[in-house]
Amino acid sequence: MLTSTIVFVVAGLYLGGLFLLAFVTDRKAERGTANFINSPVVYTLSLAVYCTSWTFYGAVGSAARNGLEYLTIYLGPTLVLIGWWFLLRKLVRISKAQRITSIADFISARYGKSAWLSALVTLIALIGVTPYIALQLKAVAASFDALVATDELLPGLVRDRSLFHDTGLWVAACMAVFVILFGSRNLVADERHPGVVSAIAFESIVKLFSLGAIALFAVYGLHDGVADLFAQAEWHAGVKRLYGFADGFEPRWIALTFLSAAAIMCLPRQFQVTVLENHNEHQLATAAWLFPLYMFLVSIFVIPIAISGMTKLPETANPDLYVLHLPLDAGYGSLALLAFVGGLSAATSMVIVASIALSIMISNHLVTPVLLRLPFFTGPDRGDFSKVLLVVRRVSIVAILTLGFSYYHLTGTASPLASIGLISFVGVAQFLPALIGGIYWERGTKAGATTGLLGGFFLWVYTLMVPSLGGSGWAFMDLVRDGPLGIAFLRPAALFGTEGWDPIVHGLVWSMTANITLYALVSILTRQSPLERLQSAVFVDIFHRRRQRVEEALQRSATTDDLFQLSQRILGPERARRIFLDYGLLPGGRTGHLQTPGPDFVAHVERQIASSVGAASARSLVARIAKGEIISLDAVINILDETQEAIRYSRELERKSKELEETAAQLRRANAQLTRMDRLKDDFLSRVSHELRTPMTSICSFSEILAGEQVLDSQQTRRFVHIIQQESRRLTRLLDEILDLNRLESGRLEWDLRTVDAAQVVREAMETMRGLARNNAVALEDRMGARSLPVTADADRLKQVFINLLSNAIKFNSTDNPAAWVEIADAADGGLLEIRIRDNGPGIAPEDQARLFDKFARGWNTRSRRSDGAGLGLAISRQIMLNLGGDLTLASSSDKGSCFAVTLRRADADVPAVAE
Amino acid sequence: MGTRILIAEDEPYILESLSFLLTREGHAVESVMDGAAIMQAIRLHRPDLLILDVMLPTTNGFDALRKIRATDDVRHLPVLALTAKGQKADRQRMLDLGADDFVTKPFSNKDLVARVARLLNGAPLEDGGQVAG
Repeated sequence: MLTSTIVFVVAGLYLGGLFLLAFVTDRKAERGTANFINSPVVYTLSLAVYCTSWTFYGAVGSAARNGLEYLTIYLGPTLVLIGWWFLLRKLVRISKAQRITSIADFISARYGKSAWLSALVTLIALIGVTPYIALQLKAVAASFDALVATDELLPGLVRDRSLFHDTGLWVAACMAVFVILFGSRNLVADERHPGVVSAIAFESIVKLFSLGAIALFAVYGLHDGVADLFAQAEWHAGVKRLYGFADGFEPRWIALTFLSAAAIMCLPRQFQVTVLENHNEHQLATAAWLFPLYMFLVSIFVIPIAISGMTKLPETANPDLYVLHLPLDAGYGSLALLAFVGGLSAATSMVIVASIALSIMISNHLVTPVLLRLPFFTGPDRGDFSKVLLVVRRVSIVAILTLGFSYYHLTGTASPLASIGLISFVGVAQFLPALIGGIYWERGTKAGATTGLLGGFFLWVYTLMVPSLGGSGWAFMDLVRDGPLGIAFLRPAALFGTEGWDPIVHGLVWSMTANITLYALVSILTRQSPLERLQSAVFVDIFHRRRQRVEEALQRSATTDDLFQLSQRILGPERARRIFLDYGLLPGGRTGHLQTPGPDFVAHVERQIASSVGAASARSLVARIAKGEIISLDAVINILDETQEAIRYSRELERKSKELEETAAQLRRANAQLTRMDRLKDDFLSRVSHELRTPMTSICSFSEILAGEQVLDSQQTRRFVHIIQQESRRLTRLLDEILDLNRLESGRLEWDLRTVDAAQVVREAMETMRGLARNNAVALEDRMGARSLPVTADADRLKQVFINLLSNAIKFNSTDNPAAWVEIADAADGGLLEIRIRDNGPGIAPEDQARLFDKFARGWNTRSRRSDGAGLGLAISRQIMLNLGGDLTLASSSDKGSCFAVTLRRADADVPAVAE
Repeated sequence: MGTRILIAEDEPYILESLSFLLTREGHAVESVMDGAAIMQAIRLHRPDLLILDVMLPTTNGFDALRKIRATDDVRHLPVLALTAKGQKADRQRMLDLGADDFVTKPFSNKDLVARVARLLNGAPLEDGGQVAG
């Protein structure tokens, strides 16, 4: 038989061993040799602090009472870890970047580092978690009592209810000492607690091991294996419940899954181990499958224990204590002791982590802001505030456990373990909208978060806490029965006439509805302060935004001395010195030549201070010594509108690339043009070469004949010399034309511009052509009339054009009665005049018309070739007309004749001729 | 009995010099100034040699030569191509199309006459006659 002494000694040894483990781990960590603490397995096991004595004892009880419903408590976290690990990763990333110290700090930092918000979250957490701590105390006390008073199997253990005979008091006291020794050795909250984590991880192993041992005992000790277990259970009515679900399971099932999913993120202790104690994000990857596996094993172990408890133990036995009663009842004292140690582990781990997390929150968000307002602490040179903080934290731990014990002592044993836990879950679930909204919804405002939290919290108290207290006959009994002021419509357990709902579903639905609605609505209706805007951007875009840029929005400066004094007071001299050394700002010099630290360093110091006292207090502390801290909304928008900037930038890029494309297209066109021009040049040279070679060939050949020995008659000699002369002239003409064209095209031709009568120029050209016309029997006619046509032009050049056109009209006219004439047409534009040179010749072949004005355009395929031109005449003529500001075109051509149109700008018109 | 030479050349003075030179060598010379008239002239005059300028109106030298080499009864007519100096591509093209030799403009009279003689000596004549150059 177990005596209280044995149990005390075993518990004491166990806890002592735990402390030793934590102590050694901390020492190793300080020396940097505690690498195992960074292992993902240890991290995962520390997450199993989720499985408290509620799990250890209560899950069995829940299974016995409500069947498979207990599985929901494992389902939620499993869903989060497997499916929503990216959400946890974001929480971790933000917390590390912002040196977050708790979930209250997280929410407050997100909503503009609001001190009020962090205080509110702390209060809600404290009120929400206190019953939970009470639950652990109750479990340890009850298990202890059960162990030393084995004849007492009744629920609501009969014992002396006076304060000092309450086992819970001593349990609470032990834990307080334990947590103080453990958790507040190290002040810096954001620096991880390797010792605590290793102890928690070890306790998780013990929990699983002892629960597994009891499960095996149930299967093989009390039964002959699994088959026997279920065979014996068949006749038992209670076991049937285990195979199914309680009535109205659906809403409750969903509610519980949601609650446990929320709890794995929102419970202060889970936030502590999951987010704050995380070493690297890879640990999350392992936890994503290992933690669900752990919980799966726990769920499996529960079943045989619950079945055996129902079949083997008396009906009156408290299902919450089946774990203990099974071995005790069978006379296995040491196995019961193991079970007790497992339950103790579950309870202590929860209490330790929860107290640490809560004490950090209380000291940072409730006490420190008040202390920092007191004159005693605000003055300069007030000594090391870090020592004060440590005291505050320890006092907080005692206060938390006192509160937990009081709750436990006062409410007694009215509620079963599971329902106390669930009420707590609903309480902390109130953080969820502000938390998730905070990291995914940039528009969530402080006002929205605050009203959402307040509304949710109020309804939580009203719909769950009040009926719970009322039900235990402790207070609010009238209110619960009749509603406020007798309004039944507003009864806490049946709000707005929702009669008959499951209490947890009822409380959850109303509190979360109020919370989410208020959060969203108020956020939409209110505006963020610049700092909120800044923080919301940092939180939401943690994976994309460079912190440096954001900190530049806070343009402020402080002297190194002021900053150093502040750091020393809050962080202690050693740490402050290290921070300043790291930045190359060795402080304390009286010489005063220390450089003024920039905004980035001020932000760095603020973050360091925040890691001790929380974001809100750190901000107000730094604000006291920092100068020029004006966060203009414009500056913030400027910094934060990176997205806009990115859009602008990408638009710019798009524009640039369009420009580039256009340039490339232009280049391609230019290149094609060049290639074409190159080909034209080759073509031109080839033509020139041919045109030069032809007379050269004749000249060479005839010269050789003349120079030869054979005698020629005089007629032949004259003929050959004449040919040589002709061809030499042709060569000269050709060279002249080429040079002319070149000068025209390059604009190097000199122009003798004056007002001349174009009709007169035409008449002179006709005079020149008279002889040729007569020789070719072509009738040459002037049909211009007596008008004078004043134009500004170079008379010689203009005459050259007309001569060229007339000679073409004469020479290529092969009709029977050849004729060529000049006439004046009315130009559409009054400032222009048009002179037409016409003939009745055979016309120009359509295929040649297009290239008529090209150099050497003379078609090879027509009989239009002539011996005295190189085919440059029309090209030159047109170039001349263009240079004179006019034009030369082929107006028409058919087998009835051709018509060339020369347009000129009238000199009596306003616009002068253009000549280069 | 002289040999008949057909000259296809559109430049009158070059044609005149060629005619003079070849006539003086004792050949009977016929001429066309348009590429399109070549086939007809060959059938009419049954020449022993064709001197073919590349740059001819209507049908250029290439097309004329291609047609000659593709036509059964005139396929073996020796052809001396007249090409411009420096237009190596033209020259090669004429040879590829079946020209027996070429002369570039401006040409040396002696060279031209010698090549004509060589072509006439080396080429079997349709009427079997063999004429010394």
